[in-house]
Amino acid sequence: MIGTDVILAAGEGANPLVPNWWEVLVTAVGFAVLMFIVVKFIAPALEKSYQDRVDAIEGGLEKAEKAQAEANAMMADYQQQLQDARVEANRIREEARTEGAQILAEFKEKAAAESARMTEQAQAQIAAERQQAVSSLRSEVGTLATSLAGKIVGESLDDDARSQRVVDRFLADLERSESARTTSAGAAE
Amino acid sequence: MLPIVLASTTDQGGFTPPTISDAHLPDILPWAAEYGTGFGKQMLMVILSVILISAFFMIAMRRPKLVPTKMQWLAESGYSFVRNGMGRDIIGEKDFRPWVPLLFGLFFFVLLNNIFGAIPFLQLPSFSHAGSAYALALIVYIIWIGVGIRHHGLKYFKLAVVPSGVPGWILPLLVPLEIISTFIVRPLTHSLRLMATMLSGHMIVMLAGAGAAYLITETGNLALQGTGILVILGSVAMYFLELLIMYLQAFVFTLLTAIYIQGAISANDH
Repeated sequence: MIGTDVILAAGEGANPLVPNWWEVLVTAVGFAVLMFIVVKFIAPALEKSYQDRVDAIEGGLEKAEKAQAEANAMMADYQQQLQDARVEANRIREEARTEGAQILAEFKEKAAAESARMTEQAQAQIAAERQQAVSSLRSEVGTLATSLAGKIVGESLDDDARSQRVVDRFLADLERSESARTTSAGAAE
Repeated sequence: MLPIVLASTTDQGGFTPPTISDAHLPDILPWAAEYGTGFGKQMLMVILSVILISAFFMIAMRRPKLVPTKMQWLAESGYSFVRNGMGRDIIGEKDFRPWVPLLFGLFFFVLLNNIFGAIPFLQLPSFSHAGSAYALALIVYIIWIGVGIRHHGLKYFKLAVVPSGVPGWILPLLVPLEIISTFIVRPLTHSLRLMATMLSGHMIVMLAGAGAAYLITETGNLALQGTGILVILGSVAMYFLELLIMYLQAFVFTLLTAIYIQGAISANDH
């Protein structure tokens, strides 16, 4: 019963294909007004915003790329500098080492020279002192012998010239016998 | 429309489904009524859509920022959807720029007027009235023919209806077909596709509403009342389908406009 009503109803009423001309007019005018506003105000603003954004993004990417490249360059630079510094440090260390060794050697040399000099000086001093001791001993021995001989002889042998000659002769004899003994000892050996 | 339907059902004691006439409400102002019409709800909605679209985009783009506000983002997304998705992709990188405002205006004009059909109390897609659909299709028709003539002169009509690379003997058959399909059928399908889908969607909503109301209030039969509730549930699914179709038809209408313009620009390429 419902079905037949629906079918009947479909045949009735307004023809949907026949336009209401006022609606045509209103729609056309409305759309024209809308298009005017869109062309005049909306589209330029949107297009500008769109372009700005595209530019900003592309510019931003470019900027980021540039920054990245810069950072990379800086990094390489730093690494280069670090490498250089390392090489420099090595060089300085090496230099210091050789210099130290050199200084050490120099000091050693100096010390050796110093010690040699001191030894030499000491020896010379010893020799001089010995010489002095020998000569003083000789005069002492001479004096002692002379006075001893004077006491034995009972006569003053303090006559300088004579006593000197006696002492000299005695010493010369002493030395002669000494050397003869050493030569004979050498020959005996 | 619902009260009218219900009134008539109670009078007759049976179900009278809503008719297409119910999509045409009584005029608000019986202005120029002697010429068969007046100022109706549909026209108000068309004007309302113009105001709403203008206001939304003007406010959204009042102070454009590089980091957009929500509203600006929405406006720009809509714009770049039309600009790149339809303008640039269909018309081509070289020629699309001057046509972006037209496509943009068409898309949102049709879309908002369609969505009016899904908004309670408005509940009437403007383009379910043939007049509005005819008006837009006519504007587009004039534009793409104008584009063809501007790009190719009067030779455009020959380019449009005589396909190249076809053996001569078949031309007498093909040319009339091309004339009919390009210059007669094209604007008709362009407008009727929009009008018919919107009208049918509107009718389905009306029918479901009226039918469910009748089943629940008038039958007094528990099973039929249950069926009425099922109809309401079904009409919710239909509502979402309608939403999809409303969007889709706005998209298709604009896309076809872009295709027609592109065809007119590069008429000598095929």
